[in-house]
Amino acid sequence: MNKAKKILLADDEPNILLSLDFLMRKNGFEVFIARNGTEAMEIIRKEKLDAAVLDIMMPDIDGYQICSFIKSKSTYSHCKVLFLSAKSKESDIEKGFEAGADAYMTKPFSTRSLLLKVQELLA
Amino acid sequence: MINSWVLILISVAYWILLFVVGYLAEKHAVKGKGLSNNPYIYSLSLAVYCTAWTFFGSVGKVRTGGFDFLAVYLGPTLFMPIGWLVLRKIIRICKAQRITTIADFISSRYGKNVSLASVVTVFIFLGIIPYISLQLKAISESFDILTQTGVTVEPLHNKGIALLQDTAFMMAVGMALFAVLFGTRRIETTERHEGMVAAIAFESIVKLLAFFAVGLFVCYYVFNGMDDIFTQALDVEALRNLFVVPQEHGYANWFWISFLSAMAVFFLPRQFQVAVVENVDEKHLSKAAWLFPLYLLLINIFVLPIAFGGQLLFPSSGADSDYFVLDIPLLYNQNALALLVFIGGYAAATGMIIVESIALSTMFSNHLVIPLLLANKTLSEKFRDNLSNIIIQSRRLGIVFILTAAYFYYHLLSSSYSLVSIGLISFVSVAQLMPAMIGGIFWKKGNKLGALSGLVAGFCIWFYTLVLPSLSGSWLPLESFIHHGPFGIEWLKPNALFGLQGFSPIVHSMLWSLLVNMGLYVGLSLFTKQSVADANQAELFVDVTKYASVMESASIWKGTANIPDIRSLLANFLGSDRTNQALNSFAQRNQLVLDENKADPKLVYYAERVLSGIIGSASARIMVASTVKEEEVKIDELLDILKESQQMMRLNKELKRKTDELEKARFDLMEVNQQLLEQDALKDDFLTTVTHELRTPITSIRAFSEILHDNEDIDNESRQQYLQIIIKETERISRLITQVLDLEKYDSGKQKLQAEWVSLQTLIQQVLQSVEQLLRDRNIEVQLHIDASVPNVWVDEDKMQQVLVNLLSNAIKYTENELIIRLYVKNTSTSEAYWTIEVEDNGVGIEKEYEELVFEKFYQAKDQNIRKPKGSGLGLAISRRIVELHEGTLTLAPKEGKGARFCLCVPLENKSELPTN
Repeated sequence: MNKAKKILLADDEPNILLSLDFLMRKNGFEVFIARNGTEAMEIIRKEKLDAAVLDIMMPDIDGYQICSFIKSKSTYSHCKVLFLSAKSKESDIEKGFEAGADAYMTKPFSTRSLLLKVQELLA
Repeated sequence: MINSWVLILISVAYWILLFVVGYLAEKHAVKGKGLSNNPYIYSLSLAVYCTAWTFFGSVGKVRTGGFDFLAVYLGPTLFMPIGWLVLRKIIRICKAQRITTIADFISSRYGKNVSLASVVTVFIFLGIIPYISLQLKAISESFDILTQTGVTVEPLHNKGIALLQDTAFMMAVGMALFAVLFGTRRIETTERHEGMVAAIAFESIVKLLAFFAVGLFVCYYVFNGMDDIFTQALDVEALRNLFVVPQEHGYANWFWISFLSAMAVFFLPRQFQVAVVENVDEKHLSKAAWLFPLYLLLINIFVLPIAFGGQLLFPSSGADSDYFVLDIPLLYNQNALALLVFIGGYAAATGMIIVESIALSTMFSNHLVIPLLLANKTLSEKFRDNLSNIIIQSRRLGIVFILTAAYFYYHLLSSSYSLVSIGLISFVSVAQLMPAMIGGIFWKKGNKLGALSGLVAGFCIWFYTLVLPSLSGSWLPLESFIHHGPFGIEWLKPNALFGLQGFSPIVHSMLWSLLVNMGLYVGLSLFTKQSVADANQAELFVDVTKYASVMESASIWKGTANIPDIRSLLANFLGSDRTNQALNSFAQRNQLVLDENKADPKLVYYAERVLSGIIGSASARIMVASTVKEEEVKIDELLDILKESQQMMRLNKELKRKTDELEKARFDLMEVNQQLLEQDALKDDFLTTVTHELRTPITSIRAFSEILHDNEDIDNESRQQYLQIIIKETERISRLITQVLDLEKYDSGKQKLQAEWVSLQTLIQQVLQSVEQLLRDRNIEVQLHIDASVPNVWVDEDKMQQVLVNLLSNAIKYTENELIIRLYVKNTSTSEAYWTIEVEDNGVGIEKEYEELVFEKFYQAKDQNIRKPKGSGLGLAISRRIVELHEGTLTLAPKEGKGARFCLCVPLENKSELPTN
């Protein structure tokens, strides 16, 4: 068996984090939880992540900034970034990809699609 | 000696040559581009300035005046480079106003006054006659010199008048013929005389070549170059003095003669004719500004060598030094060269006479004959249908008259006057035109009375100080008059008026005449009133550049005229074909209809200008006035026009004000629109926020539902937890929807209050009870400062309860451990009394910049990436609306220390305003 993939889940809504945590663990990921941007940045620096599922609207550092950070540093840039946001306007999505995201999904999301997307990104 | 018949034959041959040149030039002009449309031809034609006076007289002048002769050329040379600007303005004015003579110019400037034109014409006639007689004298004397022995003899003109043997008479007749043939074939003088100009230019070349030939001959054949001549001359005592300018007044004379010549080069009728009337393109002027002075330089180069050479060759004989140019070749038996010189002098004289007589005869017909004809009713009736013929005949008559007068003057003048001094007499007369001309184009105030008085006075002084003495002779003994003054009054001596002595007679006369002339012109113009016509023309002249383009429409004119009358008037002069042509093209240009009987003022004005080109502006004015029932434009009518324009200005101001108002309204509308757009954007923001707020719980609900659905093996505890979340999130959604709908009701004004008398003390207790659990959970200490005397108030109990619950739960959410509630009444027993409830906590508080924003729905809307509401973000917004319905205020009050203090104030006297059901 391959070593478990490391995934970061960052969102300020506890209930959503809870559901994502369950979903990812169930599917064999090593999960890291961040309740805000600051926590997310700490984890990114510390762990060699394979993927990150980021909310955009967080109280301190927003998801765009985190994504840009990941993609601008060669140390982290292999990490796949998937935005999971309630922001569903065309311009918001564009902005996400401009920040370097690999995928963008809007809330409410389908757990199955999300899982497929993450697995596809890591394949 | 040369046979006189040979000389006559040569003269006639030269005439024929001139004709051929003129004829070819005219033919060329008809075909297309005229020869005279050329700056070189134009400059050469200006050299008509150099007459027999220059050709013969300059050399002669050296004997008495040394370098004096140069002043006459220095003036134009110095003045030309600046003067061409003045000339350009004159040209523009003449083109715009169709002016053809200098007399016309002056009369036109001062209100198209007939008498002024006539006066100027008469004076110019008198002034120019000596000048023309000078030419006759020069030609006849040179003729006599050639036909006599090689050495100069006494001129023949004192032999008595045997006309047919008198060369001067023969010359005069020949000239008259030539001028008549050349100059009076067409009546419209604004049309250029292409042939004449070409002939004049040709003559300028001939005289220059002839003078050069004799100059070279003297310098290099007779002597050994110029050095030789000057060296020899310096050895002779009498000649040496000529190199020096005389001490007393020498320079002053020089200066004034230069000044005089500069005036002459502008105002001599022939110069006006070639420089202004015959000018095709004002651009030619800039070239002429240096070409003409160059010509003057060239023709003067050999004057001194010839003069000194001549005096070295004929030291003691009383030889007339005016004719050294002929005497020297004859002395060396160079008959061919002498002939060439004769032709050169002949060219110089004929050129002057032709142009001068054309210019003068036009003035004669336009300003003397026609006005006389028009003034006399019987005469004008008689010649009415034959006017163009009259004009031509009178011009021919004018030429004959001028030459006859010149001939007699020539006879009256004793040989004591040299060529140069005769010419200068004319210069002084012409200089009298200067104040009226220069003032007329640069000074709007110059008026008719000033111009007329100045001219008359100037001419009188000129006549008295220069002409009268020159006439003195055997038939008119004026000796004592000249030397002792009239009746022995010394200070009235013609050559020393008021005791002014030391200047040459010419300068003396010029100074006095011009001083009085200018004084009267300026003085009277300043102190007398200008007529309307005068002022109108002054405006058009001085600001010619401004009006040149609108000249056709610019006329202050009142009256009625019939088109057939105008037509027949013009046809008298132009013939019916050309009249139709002119009228039609004018009508087309100005979009007028010619079929109507009534003539447009513009058309009348145009007809007047066309006539001006033929008979001068003053006569044209009279002719047109005779056809037209005209009312004079009076001062008060002019004032009316002014008033009208003032009214227009007032209207304009009114319009401007209206425009400003409209502009302001537009601006206001823009502002409203902007507000609407902002509200629209707010609404957008609101919608976005609401949907976002809905998405978050829905996301959780969906995620957990799917998890529960997909994972049947999930443990019971987790299942319970997830289901609990789903229920909570569903409640959150319901609450949100209720609040949004509530808010909508308040915003649209649909929400009504159901007021009743309520005890606030009781209300506060009820609210505290409802949040008791929360207080206990967070271990919060509550301080109550309730004023028991606060009366019952008229409020909607449910709504007020909602407000208090919201304030308290916010406080509980954010406080650290303390909660203070106050109830009191302010301003008791006044009409502005109000009750207040304060809710205070000691939490993080609210930053200054958000103090107002917290009352906005979803106040975190700005910078949404970071801030998210705790709760729906609608509570405070709804609370404030409820309080406002009670006519109260809900604000954040300043607070010492940390935490926030909300302050709810409602007037006690509000019950009448509140709806009761």
